[in-house]
Amino acid sequence: MNTTSLQPVIRCQTLYKIFGITSDQLQKDSQGLIDPSYRDRQGVVTAVDNVSLDVSDGELLVVMGLSGSGKSTLVRCLSRLIEPTSGSIEIEGNDLLAMSEKELIELRRNKMGMVFQNFALLPHKTVLENIAFPLQMRGMKRAEFVERAMKMIALVGLDEKENSFPRELSGGQQQRVGIARSLAVEPDIWFLDEPFSALDPLIRKEMQDEFLRLQSMLKKTIVFITHDFDEALKLADRIAIMYHGNIEQIGRPEDIVLNPATEYVAKFTSDVPREKVLTAGSVMDERKEQEALASKSVRIDDLVETIAEYVLGQSIPVPVVDAQDQIVGVLHQARMLEILFHERAGPSGS
Amino acid sequence: MRGPGHPALEATTTPFKEISLSRMKDLLLKGLPPEQRAKGALVLLAIVGVLILAKPFNLIPDFLDELPQHTYQSSINKEIQEIKRTELVPIGAALEWTFYYLRDDLHVSVVTRFFSTSLKALVDVVHNILSGGRKGFGLDAPPWSALLVIALTLGYALKGWRLSLLGGGTVCYFAIFGLWTYAMTTLAYLAVAVPISIIIGLFLGIWCYKKKSVEVSILPILSVAQTMPHFAYLIAVVVFFGIGHQTGVIATIIFAVPPMVRLTLLGLQTISPEIVEAGKMAGCTSRQLLFRVQLPSARNEIMIGINQVIMQCLAMVVIAAFIGADGLGFRLLHKLIALKLGECVEIGFAIVLLALVLDGLSKAWAEKKRDYRANLPFYRRYKYSILLVVLVAIAYILASYFPILNKIPRDLDITYAKSWDGFIDWTVVNWQTRDFRYIMLVHILTPLRDALLFMPFIAIMVLVAGVGLLLGGYYSALLTLGFLLFIALAGWWDRAMITLYMVLFSTFICIVVGIPLGLWSAMREKRARTALFWCDTFQTFPSFIYIIPAIMLFRVNDFTAIMAVVAYAMVPAVRYTVEGLKNIPPELHEAVTMAGCNKRQRLLQLQLPVALPHIMLGVNQTVMFAFSMVIIAAFVGTIDLGQSIFKALSETALGKGVTLGLCVSFMALTVDHLVVRWARERRRLLGLD
Ligand SMILES: Nc1ncnc2c1ncn2[C@@H]1O[C@H](COP(=O)(O)OP(=O)(O)OP(=O)(O)O)[C@@H](O)[C@H]1O
Ligand SMILES: [Mg+2]
Repeated sequence: MNTTSLQPVIRCQTLYKIFGITSDQLQKDSQGLIDPSYRDRQGVVTAVDNVSLDVSDGELLVVMGLSGSGKSTLVRCLSRLIEPTSGSIEIEGNDLLAMSEKELIELRRNKMGMVFQNFALLPHKTVLENIAFPLQMRGMKRAEFVERAMKMIALVGLDEKENSFPRELSGGQQQRVGIARSLAVEPDIWFLDEPFSALDPLIRKEMQDEFLRLQSMLKKTIVFITHDFDEALKLADRIAIMYHGNIEQIGRPEDIVLNPATEYVAKFTSDVPREKVLTAGSVMDERKEQEALASKSVRIDDLVETIAEYVLGQSIPVPVVDAQDQIVGVLHQARMLEILFHERAGPSGS
Repeated sequence: MRGPGHPALEATTTPFKEISLSRMKDLLLKGLPPEQRAKGALVLLAIVGVLILAKPFNLIPDFLDELPQHTYQSSINKEIQEIKRTELVPIGAALEWTFYYLRDDLHVSVVTRFFSTSLKALVDVVHNILSGGRKGFGLDAPPWSALLVIALTLGYALKGWRLSLLGGGTVCYFAIFGLWTYAMTTLAYLAVAVPISIIIGLFLGIWCYKKKSVEVSILPILSVAQTMPHFAYLIAVVVFFGIGHQTGVIATIIFAVPPMVRLTLLGLQTISPEIVEAGKMAGCTSRQLLFRVQLPSARNEIMIGINQVIMQCLAMVVIAAFIGADGLGFRLLHKLIALKLGECVEIGFAIVLLALVLDGLSKAWAEKKRDYRANLPFYRRYKYSILLVVLVAIAYILASYFPILNKIPRDLDITYAKSWDGFIDWTVVNWQTRDFRYIMLVHILTPLRDALLFMPFIAIMVLVAGVGLLLGGYYSALLTLGFLLFIALAGWWDRAMITLYMVLFSTFICIVVGIPLGLWSAMREKRARTALFWCDTFQTFPSFIYIIPAIMLFRVNDFTAIMAVVAYAMVPAVRYTVEGLKNIPPELHEAVTMAGCNKRQRLLQLQLPVALPHIMLGVNQTVMFAFSMVIIAAFVGTIDLGQSIFKALSETALGKGVTLGLCVSFMALTVDHLVVRWARERRRLLGLD
């Protein structure tokens, strides 16, 4: 395969998914261009509207947006569970939309995994069989897949439930089966559609931590959908905000909070606790000559949340250092207070 | 000319025009919106009323009043109607010509004969295995005690001792009352017809699911097939496959396939798309997807389908007696024709028992939970199979020592038919059903029938098409109009009206009795469960069985037929009412309780309105059942379409028989289309789907 480290694992360009009209019809009527007049037709929904994005190797992209903004549809296109109306998708440099049925099956068996929003457990199979199902499809031996599935069951904390049927489990338990099922094959590319939505806060936190631990070890390429900003901040390398099928903005969490590209993103992020997003580096000021500095420094990538108490406890500015312990800026108490208490303080720190 | 200075004038005229035009368009396309239907209905009734009232004043031209049609002989009025010209359009002849052309000139008969001989061989083999004889492999019959232990073990393994006893009891019943060979013949037919029907049904269902075009073309055929009277099939089957055992089996298969197709399709279509996607993401090939994800996920519907196939097959195997299929049905028909009612009861019980056992076994098998805990030792995992083998072996050994366990001697002649005969004679003397019958016939049924016959046919057409227009726009109107036009042009209008009057009257009784019964049952959880249990039980009885008690009580006439129809068609009215009330979401009940409703208010404000769509679906089922039963009941002597179908059957008048069958089917489909359409819309408006 002609993968270079720079090439994105997932690259999609000018992707459209329009429901209620076949792409043949559309292509024929509009010579390949997406005619905006189609959107106003009755029964036509533009679920994904001109989306272009790259996800690089080992990156975790979180997709956020209101209900119905097209998140699920987007990942379904990326896994080609539904045919996009137009646009292109490349997976590791290969054209996904040109793949034959057989190649697609190979790809899904060996590379891709997905956790579904509504769990999608097979009703006639037990927990164990559900988790083992993708392994069976890969042609794994019985003893092997039973062992592997049991390991996954333990990982998501469902011991003793392996012989239950999905209908006998609670929503949260079912969701964990879904997670275990897609985890079992160790996919390189992983699509997660609100994977923790049905979990209670305690288990959710546990699963998030487990997830981070796995991700730091395995470095998968992940597209993760969530409604929970805290979760997004905790996990994301980058966040994409969707609105009516468009990606309004895509970028690092602090960029999105500090520099919202559109009105909508600004509104969407207005309630985000900034101290959880912003790092010392993104809010520091330049060091003035001969300024007296506090003795203990903070790191450039420390979250404001973790250093606020210390900074506010000082009477003089606190130095910010980079990985080489070079002082690259300072934090003033006044700026700190502004960040913490003036929610819409505006992106003056950039 | 209107200048710009007269805006008021413009505002009053053009919008009005526009509104009425767009309204007309809406009416044509979608029918009237629900809130305006009452008004529309009044207008419609007025038009129809005018049409009817115009008749006595000779304002309706003849060709709109009565169509030329086949003649019939009224047995009630004891008067022979004038012979009129026959059908307007030779539909029957055209059909007949087509069928014979297919059979003889296109040599379809080669194919059908091939089928028929291979099926015959198959039936012979199975029959031989079950009850010996010279055909097939020429095996000896197994001892009846072997079948007894099989029934006992199967019942126990699948459900428990109740089913086990029911199964064992049924086998004993066959053996004791001298019905053994007949029952085995019936079983042999079932053993051949059921698996074939299931496989064909599954195949067609999957095909429909995969190809939209197939679905679109097969579903209407299924609708017609499911509403077509049994006897109309029989004629076609006889013409194509000849007379014999295998013909009964073929008719049975044709009859049992449609529900299997429908349920398979329904099951596949209602799988959540995410589950299919999960299968795809696991890397299933399309074959793996079908067999390991889709079919198993549709298991519930498929199992219901299998149960239906079995019950339909049993019902049809009984009716296939009319074309000479052997077995319990044949025996029953024989005794019924001879009016040996006691023996009919005896055989009827055997059929009912068989129905209950088959229904119980298939349902239990469908609900059986597989035990997934792995690593059971061999003898525990297969304990029932082992038990079965051991018991059958014991039965064989014992049977070789005690002949009574091998075969119950014929001359034993145990029967309780005589006591039934006595009872029936007693009822004839003591229960004066005759006066009742007389009053019903003379004062209610005959006037109703005459009223329908009096109505100019154009009035009925306008009424039905108008209802279609109100409910569903031009599509419904044209569809229903087309159905009725077929009947009119085929020349069976009057007979169709007689069928219709019996159906309407039976439905009326079913509604008046069944819905209150359902309401009463649904008031208490326990009562509701009892009611559903009895509905389940009665629904398993083959339709033909309902004729026996009707004849016992009312002898042979129109009224008997109606009573049989009522008995058969009552079940869905009760069942859907109970279900409709039970399915109301509990939060709604809580909300109404918090609003401080009393029982009556709860019934009127919540239960009836919310359950009404479902109840109407029940009424629809009642009508469908009534149409199917009314034709069977024609056997006891009516003068409607049913009687003509019988005649066509006895003359193997193919074209005529099929035309008549289509007439019945189209009437049923007209009602079905309108009611289902309304109920669906209502459910959607109530947010119940
Ligand atoms: N199969 C379909 N046919 C027609 N419209 C669809 C289909 N699937 C989705 N849509 C429409 O596309 C839009 C986007 O749906 P999508 O499921 O992607 O939203 P979402 O962002 O995942 O929302 P949620 O957060 O509620 O899961 C919605 O308006 C939806 O109604
Ligand atoms: Mg979604």
